[in-house]
Amino acid sequence: MDTVRQIRFIWKPIVFLLCLAPFLLVITDLLELTGSLGANPVENMLDRFGNWSIRFLLIALAVTPLRKLSGRNWLTRFRRMLGLFAFFYVLMHFLVWLMLDRGLYFTPLAEVLPLVVEDLTERTFITVGFAALVLLTLLALMSTDGMRRRLGRHWQTLHNSVYVVGILGIWHYWWQVKKGPDDAIYYALVLAVLLGLRVFWYLQKKHKKGPAP
Amino acid sequence: MTRWLIRINNMLIKKPGDIRPSEITSKANYLNRREFIRAGGIAGGVALAGPALSAVVPAERRATLDGVSKSRFSTREKMNSYEDITTYNNYWEFGSGKFDPGRNSGDFEPRPWQITVDGHAEKTGTFDFDDFIKPYDLEERIYRLRCVEAWSMVIPWVGISLAEIIRHHQPTSKAKFVAFRALHDPERMPGQRRRQLDWPYREGLTMAEASNPLSILAVGLYGEVLPNPNGAPIRLVVPWKYGFKNIKGIVRISFVEKQPRCSWQMAQPNEYGFYANVNPEVDHPRWSQASERRIGAGAFAPRIPTQMFNGYGEHVAHLYKGIDLRKYY
Repeated sequence: MDTVRQIRFIWKPIVFLLCLAPFLLVITDLLELTGSLGANPVENMLDRFGNWSIRFLLIALAVTPLRKLSGRNWLTRFRRMLGLFAFFYVLMHFLVWLMLDRGLYFTPLAEVLPLVVEDLTERTFITVGFAALVLLTLLALMSTDGMRRRLGRHWQTLHNSVYVVGILGIWHYWWQVKKGPDDAIYYALVLAVLLGLRVFWYLQKKHKKGPAP
Repeated sequence: MTRWLIRINNMLIKKPGDIRPSEITSKANYLNRREFIRAGGIAGGVALAGPALSAVVPAERRATLDGVSKSRFSTREKMNSYEDITTYNNYWEFGSGKFDPGRNSGDFEPRPWQITVDGHAEKTGTFDFDDFIKPYDLEERIYRLRCVEAWSMVIPWVGISLAEIIRHHQPTSKAKFVAFRALHDPERMPGQRRRQLDWPYREGLTMAEASNPLSILAVGLYGEVLPNPNGAPIRLVVPWKYGFKNIKGIVRISFVEKQPRCSWQMAQPNEYGFYANVNPEVDHPRWSQASERRIGAGAFAPRIPTQMFNGYGEHVAHLYKGIDLRKYY
């Protein structure tokens, strides 16, 4: 089997299952098959889905720098899947918040809507998190091969905004804790390194080309 | 990753059934416990908790308190499980995660323990824990606890009346506030090795608040000695205020003239005030306080509305007459 087929039929399914594992563990914990969600299950789910959102976002963002540094071009083949998993975990995080925390699961929409609107407009960290969700949803919708063809060179420009999603996501996390950045600071550091590498390469490229006439 | 560690950790913790009889009580612990029970005023059978309760707190640390009377201040709401109460805690001295105090306080030895009473009072000094609590009756107080993070529990504390303690130490007219300090011992409290808060933990009440009949110093939970994750051996419980007012592991009680500075207030003064009364109408700057999640209700239970003064208004509302609770949050 050649490398392309190997990646497609062996490695991609394996990575897919690995990426799904944190989600499956939440579900099996919810059903108390592997453990439990602890005293505050809703908070536990929000925490876990939220954390995995940021982790997958950072992993997806690390693909291109890793490819450049290692010369392993096949890494790029996993980039979309990793990015879509980041979107998946953000969506799960949002749905748990909407359905179980804000209570759409047991309360009529007419009662939940004012709560949601109040949160979205008055609580900055929720506004910021929601903005990240909206932007990431847009990127997920634009991630198909067809869209990529249609958008041409604009596609890359659009997808560069995933860094904005990263910044919004970490900001959202940083602000919701009682005090102190906690894990958020490690995420912020990783993002800063990844973004720093991009800026460095960009400047290097520009420099090689020489100053504009 | 940490969740895996928790799970592994939970598997490693012994269940009461797994413990050999020879492991159950070290002599030192046994003596401490006897002293405690004597201090509680009752001749004492020491009974180890049955396996019905959780294994999170090791069996050798668990001892029933005798002669605990009921209180008219207790709520009849459904109590949270012993497991929930001892595994879901904010006690940053043992780490800032909710599971950290349960995991990291296992080796903490809350004896010997001394409490210093100082400031504007006639009877000051440093007292051994057993002597300190000896004069008072143990009462069970089943209280709601409302955390500033918008979750709540119903907890059967065993405690002694703070009003009686204050009376006993005879504060002078200069005493306007009671300031509390917790143990500062980074060797024994790993969370204190990180300077997330300005250690030691500090809290305070006005004399009127401290003398309110609802205010207690808790020394027990579910009829047993207070477990480490809940602030052993002695912590404050003021149920109409947010949880962070309930300072744990108290070593110093001072009668002071000026309003003391409190830990969370010092850390983030725009978010955490001196009064910190439960108030559904005054939101935390970053989240709503209008409702709360009752721990133990499960993933598919709706939030419940938060009550003014956590439902204790009839006993405490008069303390704040004419005070703008928006300004003095």
